[in-house]
Amino acid sequence: MLDEVKFYQTGSKTIGNRLLNPSMRAEQASIDRHNTLTSGHRACQGCGEALGARYALDTAMRVTNNQILVCNATGCLEVFSTPYPESAWRLPWIHSLFGNAAAVGTGLAAAARVRAKKTGSNVVPRVIAQGGDGGTTDIGFGPLSGMFERNDDVLYICYDNGAYMNTGVQRSSATPPAARTATTQLVGAEPGAEWGKGKDVPLIAMAHGIPYVATATVADPKDLEYKIEKAMSYHGSRYIQILVPCPLGWGCASNTTVTVARLACETGFYPVYEAEYGKITSVRKIRQKQPVENYLKIQRRYAHLTGKKADPKILARLQAMCDQNIKQYGLMSDDVPETVPTAIQAFERESNI
Amino acid sequence: MMEKPFATTLDPQSSLENHTGSWRTLRPVNVFKLPPCNKQCPAGENIQQWLYYAGEGDYEQAWRVLTEDNPFPACMGRVCYHTCEGKCNRGFLDETVGINSVERFLGDYALEHNLAFKKPVRETGKKVLIVGAGPAGLSAAYHLRRFGHTVHVVEQAKEGGGMMRYGIPVYRLPRNILDAEIKRLTDMGITIEYEHRVEDVMKEKEDGKYDAVILGIGAGISQNVNIPEGDTNHVLNALKVLGDIATNGDIEIGRRVAVYGGGNTAVDVARSLRRLGAEPIIVYRRNRDKMPANEEEMDGAIEEGIQVKWLSTISQASKDGLKIEKMALDENGKPQPTGEFEDMPADAVVLAIGQNVELDILKKIEGLQTEWDAVTVDKDDMMTSVNGIFAAGDMVPGDRTVTAAIGMGKHAARGVNAFLKGTKYIRREKHPDARFEDMHPYYYTDAPKTVRPQIELARRTQTFDEVQHGLTEENAIFEARRCLSCGNCMECDNCYGVCPDNAVIKLGPGKGYEFNYDYCKGCGVCAQECPCGHIDMVPEKI
Repeated sequence: MLDEVKFYQTGSKTIGNRLLNPSMRAEQASIDRHNTLTSGHRACQGCGEALGARYALDTAMRVTNNQILVCNATGCLEVFSTPYPESAWRLPWIHSLFGNAAAVGTGLAAAARVRAKKTGSNVVPRVIAQGGDGGTTDIGFGPLSGMFERNDDVLYICYDNGAYMNTGVQRSSATPPAARTATTQLVGAEPGAEWGKGKDVPLIAMAHGIPYVATATVADPKDLEYKIEKAMSYHGSRYIQILVPCPLGWGCASNTTVTVARLACETGFYPVYEAEYGKITSVRKIRQKQPVENYLKIQRRYAHLTGKKADPKILARLQAMCDQNIKQYGLMSDDVPETVPTAIQAFERESNI
Repeated sequence: MMEKPFATTLDPQSSLENHTGSWRTLRPVNVFKLPPCNKQCPAGENIQQWLYYAGEGDYEQAWRVLTEDNPFPACMGRVCYHTCEGKCNRGFLDETVGINSVERFLGDYALEHNLAFKKPVRETGKKVLIVGAGPAGLSAAYHLRRFGHTVHVVEQAKEGGGMMRYGIPVYRLPRNILDAEIKRLTDMGITIEYEHRVEDVMKEKEDGKYDAVILGIGAGISQNVNIPEGDTNHVLNALKVLGDIATNGDIEIGRRVAVYGGGNTAVDVARSLRRLGAEPIIVYRRNRDKMPANEEEMDGAIEEGIQVKWLSTISQASKDGLKIEKMALDENGKPQPTGEFEDMPADAVVLAIGQNVELDILKKIEGLQTEWDAVTVDKDDMMTSVNGIFAAGDMVPGDRTVTAAIGMGKHAARGVNAFLKGTKYIRREKHPDARFEDMHPYYYTDAPKTVRPQIELARRTQTFDEVQHGLTEENAIFEARRCLSCGNCMECDNCYGVCPDNAVIKLGPGKGYEFNYDYCKGCGVCAQECPCGHIDMVPEKI
């Protein structure tokens, strides 16, 4: 009877809910979830990456009936999960190098095929290659593009926290403009990370014409799980980029991990969408629009934008960037964008923002 | 010791060896807060808990939780002024939860499905006499019976219910509902003796060998005010009018009736007379803002075409009608006469300006302390100044509503129970308040536009319609599910899902969650993302 009555009220945006049919709850609500990344790992308090990795891989394990091989690039995730001789992983996991996770993933997929053929098994394990934004957008970018080009059967997950957090918060090509990092100090007329730099890797991945590209955040596990499940339904190269706040590197309180990720979506700062074969097919709409200031003010890496000495022009530029995202991706309209959006860096370089 | 590869000296281990709980400086703990509805309820109902079961569709369990505090859900779902709804935190989001309508649904559900109260498991053999079968007396009887005591109720009227029968008009509470809920009480072994007026309480106690007595005689005497009266004018009191209507279904009173007073009784009289074809006019000496009557009832009265003469007193009644003096409010909000008069035609005047306790019976009890027009009782166990004599309801100081009387009856019963065991009942300290500021509203606001009008419609029919309708099951479950579960767990799995260290253990349906302090690093994400404000971070002891 409970299934028949529509459910609009209490906690419909929560992870689970006792009133919901189990099939309508997030995987993370399940008492039987895999916990692929188990307790005792050495991530900082409130680590978004640990959260994102567990969300993604738990679902991948379920949908493939536990037939998953993971190849991990160097980075925080690799370091905090496997300090010698401990491992927090509860699935087959291999560490490659900083830059070659995509290439090793390709190799793993080939090996899995060969092994299945040799043993006569009709079960071929699926491969996930994963890394942080440094290992993906900078160092591992060549192998990644090569994997896309060959359309190897690998899902690549990029845990995007916008800098090299493991080595001490250095700028990467995923660092947003105006953010302070160890290498983008608050100097000059435009303090923090420069404008008009960086790469929009999801758009680049789409330009390869691969079957599936998506962005997600740790603030919406249902959405993330749906995307992992969808990605695993395709063969060929797939790319998912998950925004994983880093309390240490972003300078936000450890309890705000999920909140700050939610604000990144609700301000339009981080467009969340999915694309199939190079075309955007769905967009996660903003539910309660917020000014970008609300997102910035809880992070110390943006403290120079909201204090008394702040330059209001920079804040306005960031707001314009969010507005551009909202417009381009249709974050507040009923439609899905007809054309592929232009990378936000273009607007910055044209000085339109 | 296994053969290890080159340069490897340690055996592989799980990260579970690493107890990251030692990093913690703040510890998450589950806190149980007092939701505003529960706090407000004069009957002390655990509203949030019964909404929890109602939301699951387990109406019987919801009814059982409800009746742990209040044996009259079907009556209360109709006549309670539901001040709980005024305090509901959901009001900050959209509209408050229609608690009263769900209560009525549960009460009606129980009647429809013949749900009965469980009989006490064991009999204590103690005998308690209850004087008065009104809401306070019957509530006390019910709770005492649940404790296993033998309860005998005596009532001077022909039927039970007190003001629920002789004060509240039928359009608000059909008598078959009241009868059915009283019958449920007698079914559990409570005996009620009607048309037995107690003149000497101590004598009855001794003759019947009762171990304790609870007085619940109410406030059944209408207050009088001296109005110079002519020959032909009727001046009646409100309780007589309501009692006659309740007993005979009609009253000879004339067409134009002035109802003097601004409380709920005045509104009940006016709306009852309206239903009998009269044209009542409420005459009240202050204005609407200062009026003590329930707002919804007053709205109903005005919608029914009942006129009100604000800022007016009746200074004289004669055969030609009434002489009204206009009043003005002074700076303290007190009405002051202005000296301006006007005439108002009226066939009768009904005085509804308050009720007094019948002190005659009480005066015979030696040593019984009274204050103003009420009996002094202990604030915890409701015992009067006489050992073994307790009192509840309108006869003790406090709100004079059915709901308050039911609550007082419960406390008096607990007081008696402790007294019979030789101890004293002390009311438990309440949990800290569940405040809206401590909650996480993002997770709630999701009632689509198409659904909102439906609720509002359902609530309107419930509240304003003269011929009251209950909610359908679908509306009731919808309404119950709108509860935000302020300050207490609703099992949404958020804490379990958002912990980056898997340090929240899910125990299964109905059992909630547990923190695994071996691994909890104290990041506080669970507390931050809990929609209900059920988790607090407290400093770790060093």
